[in-house]
Amino acid sequence: MTDAARSLASTTAPSGHSNAARPARLVPSARSAWHWSWLAPLLLFAAVMAGTAIGETAIPLDTILKVLANHLGDATFAVDRIDAGIVWEYRLSRAILAACCGTGLALAGVVLQALLRNPLADPFLMGISAGASTGAVSVAILGIGAGTLTLSLGAFAGAGLAFGLVVVLAHTAGSGTGGGRATQAAGAIILAGIAGSQLFNALTALIIAKSASAEQARGIMFWLMGNLSGVRWDDVALALPAALAGLAICLWYRRALDAFTFGADSAASLGIPVRRVRGVLIAAMALVTAAMVSMVGAIGFVGLVIPHAMRFLVGSRHTRLVPASALAGAIFLIGADVLSRILVAGQVLPIGVVTALIGAPAFALILIRGARTR
Amino acid sequence: MRLCAEHVDWRVHGRRLLDDVSLTVEPGETFGLVGPNGSGKTTLLRVLAGLRRPKAGRALADGRQMQTMRPHEIARAIAFVEQQADTLDRLAVRQAVALGRTPFLTPLSPWSEEDDTIVDQALAEVGLETMAERLWHTLSGGERQRVHIARALAQRPRALLLDEPTNHLDIRHQLSILRLVRRLPITVIIALHDLDQAMDCDRIGVMEGGRLVDIGPPREVLTLERLRHTFGVHADFLDDPEQGRPVLRFRRAL
Repeated sequence: MTDAARSLASTTAPSGHSNAARPARLVPSARSAWHWSWLAPLLLFAAVMAGTAIGETAIPLDTILKVLANHLGDATFAVDRIDAGIVWEYRLSRAILAACCGTGLALAGVVLQALLRNPLADPFLMGISAGASTGAVSVAILGIGAGTLTLSLGAFAGAGLAFGLVVVLAHTAGSGTGGGRATQAAGAIILAGIAGSQLFNALTALIIAKSASAEQARGIMFWLMGNLSGVRWDDVALALPAALAGLAICLWYRRALDAFTFGADSAASLGIPVRRVRGVLIAAMALVTAAMVSMVGAIGFVGLVIPHAMRFLVGSRHTRLVPASALAGAIFLIGADVLSRILVAGQVLPIGVVTALIGAPAFALILIRGARTR
Repeated sequence: MRLCAEHVDWRVHGRRLLDDVSLTVEPGETFGLVGPNGSGKTTLLRVLAGLRRPKAGRALADGRQMQTMRPHEIARAIAFVEQQADTLDRLAVRQAVALGRTPFLTPLSPWSEEDDTIVDQALAEVGLETMAERLWHTLSGGERQRVHIARALAQRPRALLLDEPTNHLDIRHQLSILRLVRRLPITVIIALHDLDQAMDCDRIGVMEGGRLVDIGPPREVLTLERLRHTFGVHADFLDDPEQGRPVLRFRRAL
C-alpha cells in the first residue's frame, strides 16, 4: 500500500456509519440467501392457499386440500360440490394466475430498472399497456377481427405492435452518437417509450370517445385497471410458463444485470455484450408483460414498487433481488386480489386500484424508513 | 500487454472524431494522452479498450485484432475506468469491486474463494481494505475513483485504460491516484487534462482535432511551441530543483 493510500484509508475508515456493516460480504451473503431459499416455496404455497380460502364464502383449508387431492392425486374425498367448484374452477386458478402475473411484472420491473438505470422504469414503460389497451378496444368496440379475435389476443397484438414501434423509434433516435453511446441509448428507450405510450393512450381514448357506448366504456375502463374475474385454467397454462421462463432468463443473466450497476458503458468494459443482453432481456420481459396484460389488463404499481421494496430488503445484487422480487410480486398480487374481492361486499374492485391503494402507502413507509437508515 | 492502433478512423454523422490515428503502447509503459476538449482522447481510449470498433483501420491487443475477440476475452485482458461513473444502488465497496470478476464468471459458475482473494488484493492495492463494507453513496469522489480502479484491477488486466481519472478531485486525491496508477507494473494509458501531471508519464501522445499530432517523451513533446499551437496558451518552463525537472507555468490564454 502506498503512503498516500494508507493515510487516505486511516483518515476515512473510522467514520462509523451506522449502516456501514449492513450489506454483508458478497459471498457469505449469497450463501446465507440459500439458507432461506427453502422458505420461498412454502410462503408461495401459503399465499395460494390463503387466496383460495378467503372470499365471500370462506372455505376451510382441509376442504381445499381435499379438492386438490381429488384433482391431482386421484383421491376420492367427499367434498361439497359447490365448494369444490369454487376452489378448483374459480379461486385456485385465479390465485395461481395472480401469482404468475405478480412474478412476471415484478421481474420486468427489476430488469428494466437495472438495464435503463432509471428508478422510474416499469413494465409499462415500453408502451406495452398502452398498446394492449388499444388492441383490446379495437377488438371490443371497433369489432376488428369480426368476432374471431378475443380481447386477450387483440391486447397481445396491440402490445406487440406498440413495443415494436417503441423499439424502432428508440433505435433510430439512439444510434450514431459518440462517446457513452450505450448510456445514451438507455435514455432514447425511455423517451421513445413515453412517446409510444402517449400515442397509443390517445388512440384508445379516441376509439372510446368516438364509438363506445357508456356501458362499453365502463367495461373497458374496468378491464384497463386490471381484472382477474373469469380466469380459467387455460390462462394459467399460458401464464405459468411465461412467469417461469421470465424467472429463468433473469437468473441466467443475473451477473450481466449486476454489471449494469455503473451504467451500460461500464458493463461493456466488463465484457458484457451490451446490445445483445439488452435486446434479449427487454424483448423477453416485453413478451412476459404483454402476455400478462393481455389476460388481466394493466395492473400498475407491482412492477414499479416491488423491485424497489426488495432492494431495501435484500440489496441490489440480482442473485438475491431476482428471486426475492419474483416471490414478493407473486404474494403481493395474490393479496391484492383477495382484498379486491372482500374490501367492498358484493363487489369486485379492479385489482389495479387495490395495488395502488395498498402499494403507495406501503412504499412511502419503505422510503421513509430507508431514508432514516441512510 | 502491447496495445496498438493502426490507421484508426472514427466518425459520427460525418464528423471525424479520429482521423488516421496510429500508435503503439509497449508492455509496462505508462502512456499519457493529452489534448484540448473534444480532440478525440476518449474516443481513442475506447477504441484501444476494444469498446469501439473503428470504422477504418484496426486495434490490436498483443497482435490480435480486437474485432475478432469476444467481449469477455477483451475484458479479461484490458480494463477501462470511465470518467465519474456513478450509481444510485445501495452497494458496498466490496460489491462494486467484485463486479471486476464478471468477465471470468459464467451463469453457471459459482463465485469462488479465488475470486474473493482477488477482490481482497484489489482492495489492498488501492488502500481501501478497511472500507470494504462502506456504502457507495457515503464515499467521497476520490474514494469512488479508487473503487473504480480497484474494480478494474480485480479484472487482473494486463492493460489499464483511464479516462481523466483525476477530474473533479481535490489535489491530494489527484496526486495519490496518479501515484497509484504509475506504480502499476502493467500497461497504462491515461487521458489527462493536467499537462504538469502528464510530465510524469513515460511517453505522451498529443491529440488535436482527432489526429495524433505528436508522440514521445513528455519533455520532447510539450514544447512551448506545442503549448501555443495545440493548447492555445502561453507558458514557460521553470526549473524545480527538488523534482529535477522543469515545471510548467501557464501565463495566459491566446
